Amino acid sequence: MEAAVIMPKVRKSRKKLSIGMIVVYIILIAWAVITIFPFVWVVVNSFKPSAEVLRSSFSLPQEFTLMNYENAFSRLNVLNAYKNSFLISGCVTIGVMVLSALMSFGMTRYRFRGKELIRSLIVASLMFPAFATIIPVYKMIIQWGLLGKPIAVILPQIAGNLSFATIVMIGFMQTIPLEMEEAAYMEGANVFQVFVRIIVPLCRPSLATVAIFSFLWSYNDLFVQKIMIAGHRKYYPVCTLLEEISSKYGTDFGLMAASVTIIVIPVMLVYILLQKNIIKGLTAGAVKG
Amino acid sequence: MLYKKKWPLFLFLVPGLLFLLVFLYIPFVENIRNSFFDMASVVKMPGQEFDFIGLDNYKRLFTDPDMKVAVINTLKMMVLTVIFEVGIAFVLAVMVSQVKKLQQFFRTVYFFPVVISATAIGLMFKLFYNYNGGMLNQILEYFGKEPVLWLGTDTAFAMICIPTLWSYIGFYFVILLTGLSDIPDDIYEAAAIDGCGKFMQVFYITLPSLKPVFFTSVTLAVTGALKVFDLPWVLAPNGAPQGLTHFLGTYMYQTAYGLNNYDYASTQALLIVVLGVLVSKGVGFLTKEEA
Repeated sequence: MEAAVIMPKVRKSRKKLSIGMIVVYIILIAWAVITIFPFVWVVVNSFKPSAEVLRSSFSLPQEFTLMNYENAFSRLNVLNAYKNSFLISGCVTIGVMVLSALMSFGMTRYRFRGKELIRSLIVASLMFPAFATIIPVYKMIIQWGLLGKPIAVILPQIAGNLSFATIVMIGFMQTIPLEMEEAAYMEGANVFQVFVRIIVPLCRPSLATVAIFSFLWSYNDLFVQKIMIAGHRKYYPVCTLLEEISSKYGTDFGLMAASVTIIVIPVMLVYILLQKNIIKGLTAGAVKG
Repeated sequence: MLYKKKWPLFLFLVPGLLFLLVFLYIPFVENIRNSFFDMASVVKMPGQEFDFIGLDNYKRLFTDPDMKVAVINTLKMMVLTVIFEVGIAFVLAVMVSQVKKLQQFFRTVYFFPVVISATAIGLMFKLFYNYNGGMLNQILEYFGKEPVLWLGTDTAFAMICIPTLWSYIGFYFVILLTGLSDIPDDIYEAAAIDGCGKFMQVFYITLPSLKPVFFTSVTLAVTGALKVFDLPWVLAPNGAPQGLTHFLGTYMYQTAYGLNNYDYASTQALLIVVLGVLVSKGVGFLTKEEA
């Protein structure tokens, strides 16, 4: 009799706990759906003719077609935009990695007058959004005859990512113990050998962080691309091309869905492969370690 | 220090500093200078001089009705980012930290929109908002309702905010989740032994311990709201309809590259910098005040 009275109580408290957990899971999964559904919708609709997208965008394609993709590749030259984006963002990434590694080595391994001034200049430049420098930079690029060329995007984007990259690199280099360098230096290696052979390999994790955010910021930055390349279709990177699609072919739903898919899928694949590094890279500075 | 010879220091510092000098510091100062002149064109013609107009552009900032809209929209966006981005991210982070399974899955999924360019997201939402057969109007039609002009006067601002906020929640989610995992478990255990329920634990342990992380998130969110450009530009170019959806960034772009009023645009850009400094100082001040 007693056991029968106690049992339901225990069961009840266990059940209550699991109900709470189930609700939590339902909310979390619902949010996952909210996050992913728009992308799925676009991918599914990219395989339908535009008329069908307009009629029934929630069902699977009734007549499966690759026409939108054929259009995207023939009319819009998406491949060329990829090539331009990789050229631009690749150069930005390499430039930022090299310059920030050099600067942070100088800032952490030397003592000199004006060091604090330089440090605060670097930190202060984080407060300059692209808006506040773009018009004079635009003028300079015109004067140098570079407007409309990939280099016109590369140079300002390197400068735009450099301060933050240097701050991340300084933080990391400060934690590297000096013993190895000391040993190598005593053995007769010069500073540059120490830098290339010891420091750069040791800094690989933070260089990866720098590479990831420089690449993605550069790749995704429409503002600078738009100002520096506008009108020179041959050199359009991905974002500029997308913006043109949206203003020119805004009524061709199938084509727009296909374009978004073409842009999103490669990023998604890379993201799935490198997600830990990417999440770490993009939240660098905000999250320690 | 270790390295006796000082000259290599120049080789380490000069290339980077040169870049910053040429592409950040000098343009920044020149931008301030430009705001006091009447620039007829970006590049001066030979022998051309720009007229000094003093504070005219600054006076205009305060009387320009479009500017007022842009400032208000940007301030609204700041408030919304704090409430919805940081707020939803916090709720999700607390929930995910409680569950044992699928943690990594949620992290991966929630963060995904952050890596997608705002331009692509804008294009995607354009398909949802389209009047003729866009996704939202198809849903309305299914329920027998009239289609809505989503990017029309009444709803455009909200419709631009939704994807902007939605796409970045994952970013703050990861920051807050990392902050949560840094709180030692024994505090929660001690609280549980003292009879503190799960919900109270959030109030008395999680929130106070997360304060520095909140500070970082809120600062990033409000300064991020100042830099909004790509998404509104793709969804509603030139602040369509009638400049109602302008943000500081889009209005500055339109002033410079749409209307070729480079000096006034420089003044607007300066305002963005000043607001950025003010709001991040303000957030710092507020969080210190509470402590």
